[in-house]
Amino acid sequence: MTTLLHDPPTRSTGTAPAVLVQDLVKNFGATRAVDHVNLEVTAGEIVGVLGPNGAGKTTTLRMLATLLSIDSGRAQIFGVDVAESPHVVRQLIGVTGQYASVDENLTATENLRLFGRLQGLSRHDARATATELLGRFGLEDAAGRPLRQFSGGMRRRLDLAASLISRPPLIFLDEPTTGLDPRTRGQMWDTIRTLVAEGATILLTTQYLDEADQLADRIAVIDHGRKVAEGTPDQLKAQVGSSTLILDLAEMDTEGRAAQIAGRVLGTTPFRSPEGRRLNVPVSDPGLVGDVLVALRQAAIEVTALQVTQPTLDEVFLALTGRDDEPATREEIR
Amino acid sequence: MTATLTAPAPLVRNDPVAGTRTHASLTDGLRQTGAMAWRGLITMRRAPEQLFDVVVQPLLFTAMFAYIFGGAIAGDVAAYLPLLIPGILAQTALTACMATGVQLREDMDKGVMDRFTSLPIARWATVTGPMVADLVRYLVASVLTFTTGIAMGYRPAGGVGGVAASILLVIAAGWSMSWVFAWVGTIASSARGVQGISMMIMFPLTFLSNAFVPVDTLPGWLQAFVRFNPVSHVVTAVRDLANTGTVTSQVAIAVLGCAAVVAVFAPLTVHRFARRR
Repeated sequence: MTTLLHDPPTRSTGTAPAVLVQDLVKNFGATRAVDHVNLEVTAGEIVGVLGPNGAGKTTTLRMLATLLSIDSGRAQIFGVDVAESPHVVRQLIGVTGQYASVDENLTATENLRLFGRLQGLSRHDARATATELLGRFGLEDAAGRPLRQFSGGMRRRLDLAASLISRPPLIFLDEPTTGLDPRTRGQMWDTIRTLVAEGATILLTTQYLDEADQLADRIAVIDHGRKVAEGTPDQLKAQVGSSTLILDLAEMDTEGRAAQIAGRVLGTTPFRSPEGRRLNVPVSDPGLVGDVLVALRQAAIEVTALQVTQPTLDEVFLALTGRDDEPATREEIR
Repeated sequence: MTATLTAPAPLVRNDPVAGTRTHASLTDGLRQTGAMAWRGLITMRRAPEQLFDVVVQPLLFTAMFAYIFGGAIAGDVAAYLPLLIPGILAQTALTACMATGVQLREDMDKGVMDRFTSLPIARWATVTGPMVADLVRYLVASVLTFTTGIAMGYRPAGGVGGVAASILLVIAAGWSMSWVFAWVGTIASSARGVQGISMMIMFPLTFLSNAFVPVDTLPGWLQAFVRFNPVSHVVTAVRDLANTGTVTSQVAIAVLGCAAVVAVFAPLTVHRFARRR
C-alpha cells in the first residue's frame, strides 16, 4: 500500500490553485463546444460558471472531471495535470452531474454503500458513512426506498451526498438546481453554503443568474464556448454601468416636470413607467441622487418612495452577450 | 453550547495531493470488482425478469428439441438426451452471456456511469463486476438444464462428479464467451444494436456446431467449420464429462479455447471501454 503513495511528478510546488484552466478547447465534430477558456479557482472559493444551455459549461466541467478528453490547452487540479494523471485527479474531486448519477435500481443506502466500497471503505465504514450522509441530507426516512419513488430534490441531494463520501477537497456541481422547485432549490443552496463553510472548494455551473449571484464568490460568464466575462457579482454589475434610481411620485401630473429635473441633474434619460407615477432614472454617480431630491423639493414635487437598485445579473448577461433571447430556452448541445 | 453543534470533519486538507495514488492496484481492482458484482446481484434480485432467459430457455428448448428431433436424430427421446443436454447447456450459456453486452451498453448510457468514471477506481472493475454477477446466471441455466433433462429421463453416466465438472466448464465457457459480447457492447451505439449483432454471432455459433446433430450428417464444407467452432469443443467436452465422467483432451481444448477468447477480447473490451471521448 505504501509503495503506491507518492508525490506525483506533475505536481507543482507551493499552493497550487484548486483549478487552473488554460486555453481549454473541445470540439465535437465541426462544432467547437469549448473555445480557449481560461479559468482559475483558488482553494476555498466558490466559483460559478454562468451561461445559457449549450454554452459549453457542462463540457468544460466534464473535461475537468476526467470524463471527456481535452482537445488542446491545459487543465490542472491542485497542480495535478488532468490529462496526465486522471487517477490522481479523481481522488481530489467529487462530481455531481446534471442528470442523476446514481443507480436507479439500488436504494439510497445501497448507492452510498456501493460508492463507499468502491472508494476503499470497509464494509462497516461504508455503512456508517451512508447512514451519516443520509441523516445529514435529510434522507434517512427514504433510505431503503427504491430511487424510482424519489422526488427530483431528493435525487439531487442523494447525488450530492454520493459526491461527498471520500470528502473531496474540490466539488463540481453541474446545474445543481435545474428543474427543482423554489423551495427545494433554497434547501440545495443552504447545503452548498454549508459545504463551503466546511472548507470545500466548489465549481458550479448554472443557467440561473440568481443562483450564481447568491452562491458564487466569482462568476465566469460563458457563451458559445467562450468566456465573455469574469469577476465578482458586484464587479460584473459594475461593468454594465450604472445603478437605477426609482422614484414614486405623489401626484400623477408632476411626472413630466420630475423627469425633466431628474434628467437635468443626473445627465441621463429617465424612463417613465406606464402607470404614470413612477420614474426609473439611470444613475452614473450615486452621489448625485441627493441633488435630485433637493431639486425636486425646490420645485414642490412630492416623492412618496425612492430606491436605488443595482442592475440584476439578467441585465448584466444581456449587456455582456448582446443577445436578448431568454437564456433558458435554447436547445441544449452537449 | 458548542457540544450540541455537530462539527463535520473539515473537507479542506493542507496538501490535497499528498497520499494520492497514481493508479489503482490489482487488489483495489479486485475489491472494486466485488463491489460492482454486489451491485449486479442486487439488481438481479430487484428485477428478477433479468433471469427470464436463463430460466425459460432450458425448460422450453430441452423439452421442445427432445420431442421434435429425438425420434429423427437418435431413434427415440431417451437416446437423444445425452447428445442434446450438453448442446442445450452450451446454447443457454451463450444466450445468457449475450445479455452481458446489452447490459454493459445500457450501463454505459446511464448517468451512473459518469460517477463510476469519475471515481478513482480501476476501469476494468466496472466491466468485470457485472460479469462476476453474471456467473449466477450461468449457474442457474446449467442446473435447470440438467434438472429438466433428468426429469425427462436423462441419466448422466458421469455421475455427480461428471455433472458438477461439466457445469463448471459451462460456467467458465459462458464467462469467457461473454467477453466477446461485452466487446460488442462497447463498439455498438445502442443496446438494440448490441442485441442484433449478438444474435448474428450467437445463432451460427450454436447451430453450426455439434450441439444438436451429429457432425457426420453435415456436408463436408460445413463439417470443417463445425469442427473448428469453439462451441463444438465445449459441447464435446461437456458430453465427455457428463456422459462418461472422463477428462478427455476435448476438455483441455475447450479450456484453452476459452482462455484464448478471453486473452483476445478482454483487453479489446477494456481498452474500448476506458477510451474517453
